[in-house]
Amino acid sequence: MSDPTVGSMATTPPAEQPTVAGGTAPPDSGLPANAKRDQPRGLLGDAWIDLRRKPLFWISATIILLFLVMAAFPSLFTSVDPTQGDLARSRVEPSGDAWFGYDVQGRDVYARVIHGARASILVAVLATLGTVLIGGAIGILAGFWGSWVDALLSRIADVFFGLPFVLGAIVILTTFNKPGSGNSYMKIVSLVLFSLIVLGWPVSMRIMRSSVLATKQADYIMAARALGAGSGRIILKHLLPNTLAPLLVYSTILVGSFIGAEATLSFLGVGLQSPVVSWGVMISETRDWVRVSPFLLFFPATFLVIAVLAFVMLGEAVREALDPKLR
Amino acid sequence: MGRYLLRRLLQLIPVFIGTTFFIFVLVWAVPGDPFAGKCGDRRCPDAYVDFMTDKYKLDQNIFVQYGSYMKNLLQGDFGQTFGGRSINEIVSNAYPNTLKLALVALAVEALIGLTAGVLTGLKRNGFLDNLVLVSTLFLIALPTFVTGFVLQWLLGVKWGIAPVTVSGDVAFSELLVPGFVLGSTSMAYIARLSRTSIAENRRADYVRTAIAKGLPMRRVVGVHLLRNSMIPVITFLGTDLGALMGGSVVTEGIFNINGIGREVFRAIITKEGATVVSIVVILVLVYLLMNLLIDLLYAALDPRIRYE
Repeated sequence: MSDPTVGSMATTPPAEQPTVAGGTAPPDSGLPANAKRDQPRGLLGDAWIDLRRKPLFWISATIILLFLVMAAFPSLFTSVDPTQGDLARSRVEPSGDAWFGYDVQGRDVYARVIHGARASILVAVLATLGTVLIGGAIGILAGFWGSWVDALLSRIADVFFGLPFVLGAIVILTTFNKPGSGNSYMKIVSLVLFSLIVLGWPVSMRIMRSSVLATKQADYIMAARALGAGSGRIILKHLLPNTLAPLLVYSTILVGSFIGAEATLSFLGVGLQSPVVSWGVMISETRDWVRVSPFLLFFPATFLVIAVLAFVMLGEAVREALDPKLR
Repeated sequence: MGRYLLRRLLQLIPVFIGTTFFIFVLVWAVPGDPFAGKCGDRRCPDAYVDFMTDKYKLDQNIFVQYGSYMKNLLQGDFGQTFGGRSINEIVSNAYPNTLKLALVALAVEALIGLTAGVLTGLKRNGFLDNLVLVSTLFLIALPTFVTGFVLQWLLGVKWGIAPVTVSGDVAFSELLVPGFVLGSTSMAYIARLSRTSIAENRRADYVRTAIAKGLPMRRVVGVHLLRNSMIPVITFLGTDLGALMGGSVVTEGIFNINGIGREVFRAIITKEGATVVSIVVILVLVYLLMNLLIDLLYAALDPRIRYE
């Protein structure tokens, strides 16, 4: 869920505040002659150097890459049709023929787990993009303009933040997605995306806002303003690069949370639905058989947990690299 | 202090109205006949339709409906389901169970999370530290329903040391496993939060002073260090109570607990708008009041914080 992250992220942003004012000056302050030879590194450049030395980063990046390939080209891993069922082999245990066994409908669990990666990861990545873009943009506006704009936007964010995540998503999904109305794949996916974004953006907004508030008073912002830079230029050229770090960390972890959230909604029967194959749908289908055939739960759950874990670990590595305090 | 409290309470009002109105619109403004399928295979009797239409002002626009609902709510009347059951009764039956579950979850996560956080924060980079870091990552990655199923199957079905489901009268001892499941993710966050906080304060001057003047380590940690490191943890715990109660749908479903999570899920599926709105209203209220309470607690924990 994304709620738990809220507490830690929203209360501890100072720890992740990019302290750019010190050593790493904005790139445009370097002399052009030197800049060619000895490129001054920004915060992200520093972080990248730091990241490359971390085994945690390489492990999680490899796993994520594997899952992305799995999502893009499932046929590389399996040639079995994931929707081809044969009731004669219903709940047959794992064997040499089918490594992960067959599910209740007699469909190959291995093929389904591989094909399930696409829906799960697609939803999570798109929802994260939407959340971060919308939340980040609103956060910058609120932090930069202050006064009544900030008050208004913050209250609106509070409204969505106060809604319990799972309940809010269930209400949105059942309202727009009436059972039995024959919805297409695209419509269900976009509805799940919509509900995740609507309920998720306030956290990104708060993170961005507090980091803009901390950066707004910096000398280089004043200098830019004194030199006659307009608001748009200050936001895009100065504020954005220097306030992005906390949101970046959050968004990496958020992909993991959203994979779990999508699975939870599918599990409750309001998210993605069969014939769409996703890990959440698979787990939801096994709920009545867990006690007799635990392997049905085991495989999709393991993939789900590994995927979430990979993104959380990546976020962890990025956070350590971006946080100067931990160096 | 009084003025601060008043200002905060006034700020709560627009947020409360906004949130409840959002849910209200989602639940009630759906196009279609609200009575479809409500009376079995027959059409609903006209008397019933007229009664409900009048009660919920269904022939008026959404703002009037919302206003009338809120007016009743302020008088302590949550309304009725389409079947004529009083929602106050549903809520008062289910609410204590969810509250119990959330409190058990909160206690479990605070106890285990804080212990792990304090132990690792005091001694960083040891074996225990790495163990806790890895296990918190796992807990964060595990969705509630996976933890729930696995623990239910392992502890309840396979080993038989815990009840598989919770009985009707919801004893505290039965709630230990569901509470652990519900609080497991937050437990990881508390462990990490208190670890960072303790490790940061461990280097503070007042800790060195306390050690230098010969206080036993127990007192340094228990009184000086812990009290100063508690603010982020308390914040988290406070906001988490609302989140736990709202997020208990899954746990209540798995362990068969008759709480508001299950009630609200059933109500959403059967389109019992009034029940959904009522339960969400309560959850939002809990969330907002807990936030306020936490802000007030800051002043008690840290005398430097004062509200004028």
